[in-house]
Amino acid sequence: MTKPLSFIRLFVLLLLIIFPFINLFSQTIGNGTIHGNFEADAQQYTPDSAIGAAAVPQKMSMNAFANFLYTSDNFSAGLRYEAYQNELNGYPVGYSGNGILYRFLSFKSEGLEVTVGSFYEQFGSGIILRTYEDFGLGYDNCLDGVRLKYSPIKGLTIKGVIGNQRKEMNYYTGGIVRGIDGELSLNDAIDKWVDYKTKIIIGSSFVSKYESNSGTTSSDTLPANVGAYSGRFNIVNGKFSISGEGAYKINDPDYVNNFINKSGNAALLNAAYSQKGFGLTFAAERIDNMDFRSSRNAGNNDLLINFLPALNKEHTYALSAFYPYATQPNGEFGLQGELFYIFKPSTILGGKYGTNIDINYSRDNNIDKQPLNDSTPVGTSYTDGYKSNALKWSGQLYFQDFNVEITKKVSPTFKFVFTYINLIYDGDVIQKPGFGTVYSQIGVLEMFYKITSKKTIRMELQHLWTNQDQRNWAMVLIEYSISPHWYVAGSDMYNYGTNVTKDFLGTDYSYTSYHLNSNGFEAERLHYLMGSFGYTQSTFRFSLGYGQQRAGIYCVGGVCRTVPASDGLKLTISSSF
Amino acid sequence: MIRKVTVIACMLSILSIVFLATAQQDNAAKQRKLPAIDLKTMDGKKINSSTFSNNGKPMIITFWATWCKPCIEELNAINENYVDWQKETGVRVIAVSVDDAKTSARVAPFVNGKGWTFDVYGDANGDFKREMGVNNPPHAFLVNGKGEIVWQHVGFAEGNEKEMYEMIKLVAAGKPLPSVDKK
Repeated sequence: MTKPLSFIRLFVLLLLIIFPFINLFSQTIGNGTIHGNFEADAQQYTPDSAIGAAAVPQKMSMNAFANFLYTSDNFSAGLRYEAYQNELNGYPVGYSGNGILYRFLSFKSEGLEVTVGSFYEQFGSGIILRTYEDFGLGYDNCLDGVRLKYSPIKGLTIKGVIGNQRKEMNYYTGGIVRGIDGELSLNDAIDKWVDYKTKIIIGSSFVSKYESNSGTTSSDTLPANVGAYSGRFNIVNGKFSISGEGAYKINDPDYVNNFINKSGNAALLNAAYSQKGFGLTFAAERIDNMDFRSSRNAGNNDLLINFLPALNKEHTYALSAFYPYATQPNGEFGLQGELFYIFKPSTILGGKYGTNIDINYSRDNNIDKQPLNDSTPVGTSYTDGYKSNALKWSGQLYFQDFNVEITKKVSPTFKFVFTYINLIYDGDVIQKPGFGTVYSQIGVLEMFYKITSKKTIRMELQHLWTNQDQRNWAMVLIEYSISPHWYVAGSDMYNYGTNVTKDFLGTDYSYTSYHLNSNGFEAERLHYLMGSFGYTQSTFRFSLGYGQQRAGIYCVGGVCRTVPASDGLKLTISSSF
Repeated sequence: MIRKVTVIACMLSILSIVFLATAQQDNAAKQRKLPAIDLKTMDGKKINSSTFSNNGKPMIITFWATWCKPCIEELNAINENYVDWQKETGVRVIAVSVDDAKTSARVAPFVNGKGWTFDVYGDANGDFKREMGVNNPPHAFLVNGKGEIVWQHVGFAEGNEKEMYEMIKLVAAGKPLPSVDKK
């Protein structure tokens, strides 16, 4: 009945028999160590029509990954196993199933570092190339290919990359990204400059992508090769620093810019003065048609080659994160200024322990866009799009944020952080048409009270004032922690100002459903209650929460994804070894 | 018969891998050193993590970001005690910021604005964070005089700096750490 064993099966069988014995006798592979990290986020979904939480067919979703990294002397290798069963609601659709997508081998020899497989890389500020990952956001645009890094002389580093980009559970082989970057630290390269107080670094990069244009049905040719150049500098002299980067991209008609044939450019400038107890920063950024992807038909956060940083303060308190800014690659002109100051102890404003103050202002406008001629509206496909005066910005305000944060220790057992934010937010542009422009003010008082040296109570009182969107909210959060292992927290986010009916909310879970209908019905005032507790031991962390989450938007670095409303249990486990 | 042998061989292989991994971990915990990753100083220059040293005395390497509130609490708590800690143990604190291009330009003025006195380096694309196996900041590592990672802790709650200092003192005195905390 049994077939005679084929050679291959016999070989595999022999390996399986010998393998355990080899392992038992070789405790270390070469000279190296294995380590890694793990995280699993699981969520159970209870349908809740009041807050707009849809039923989820599988009732429970989980995102998880485990990284394994082996390093020894001049060699390293690693892989990451990912499981999305199914992906958490709101995560980019396309993350599904299990698999190992990220895997690499790397070695260093004679100053040359070679990596093959998947890798992350950033040239300068990332405005023409940045591949990175953020598990919470569902963002991973790593390159799969080859990376070389070499330092031919002291102070000079040259990097070269080539590969395909990751899109969810695959690599997009239809697009090839290649790039080269050089960075020179003048103080290290020039002997006379080693001890100079002024430190100067300059850099330059070139990135090009290839995507076949045969078979495209447009009336004009879509360029198959799109190249982008950039140059940057960084000068530090004691307390002053100034850095800048400029980039230029040839015409690149794609889905995001409505297939206009205009070239793109970006300019970034940062200046700062700081000394102990005082810091002042200024930043300006102009982006003109700089959406740059491996695929001209990609949208959302897929296959982005570059990263255009948004110029505004990242707000983390729940009510302050309702209206986050997302970079507008088609055009934006941003400014930001910030002041950090310590009022020293024993001064009037400093009090006994000193007071910290952080004042921040940022704004983003559209760039100047004029039609090419009377018969071609701005942004018409297959034309040059528009004309723009680089030194002007348009009257269209996208975002303005003025905020103040005061931190003060009042006694050995009590301290507080008070934050005030004044926001103007053009939701039609930043989120989606129909959202409207929101004018809001937010106040947050966070207090810490030490009951004993290891037991602390933390409390957050938050309030959002606005006459648009969902109107006013109030929130209270209390967290009790026992250092170093335990915490338990409860919170209530109360939308007492809303003027939208329960029925209206229940029919459409998209964001536009939260707007006033023309009849302005009387309120369904909703409480979003959440309770959680967690345990931490060294690198093992566990937290379990239960409650309602509001539909919203979650952003990291100006890159965003929507978060749908949900109700149910949330579990997070993470560890490193 | 062949099937039985295959099954037993597979189980032995799996057992040996588990044994190897555990044995590796015991050995690895004693030997795991800092990886060699390029970071940026506040002057914009490159510094390699393999050069971090403190003359045989302990080092704390902690990951933070300007947008991470518990990280700022942790660094404030360390800063309040830093002078005393240095006097008693000679510990060196290195704070690695994972702020990306959106917020990295504000790191130096932010650090000065808080009055922090320890070394701060930038890891804008997360290369060092990934190599060190950090999921989310705050994540602190204690490195002994031989450059070996002997203790780690994730998260921060008021009072955690006390446990951190207990570990620093043990390492500075050359004493072993309690086994449940060893990593």
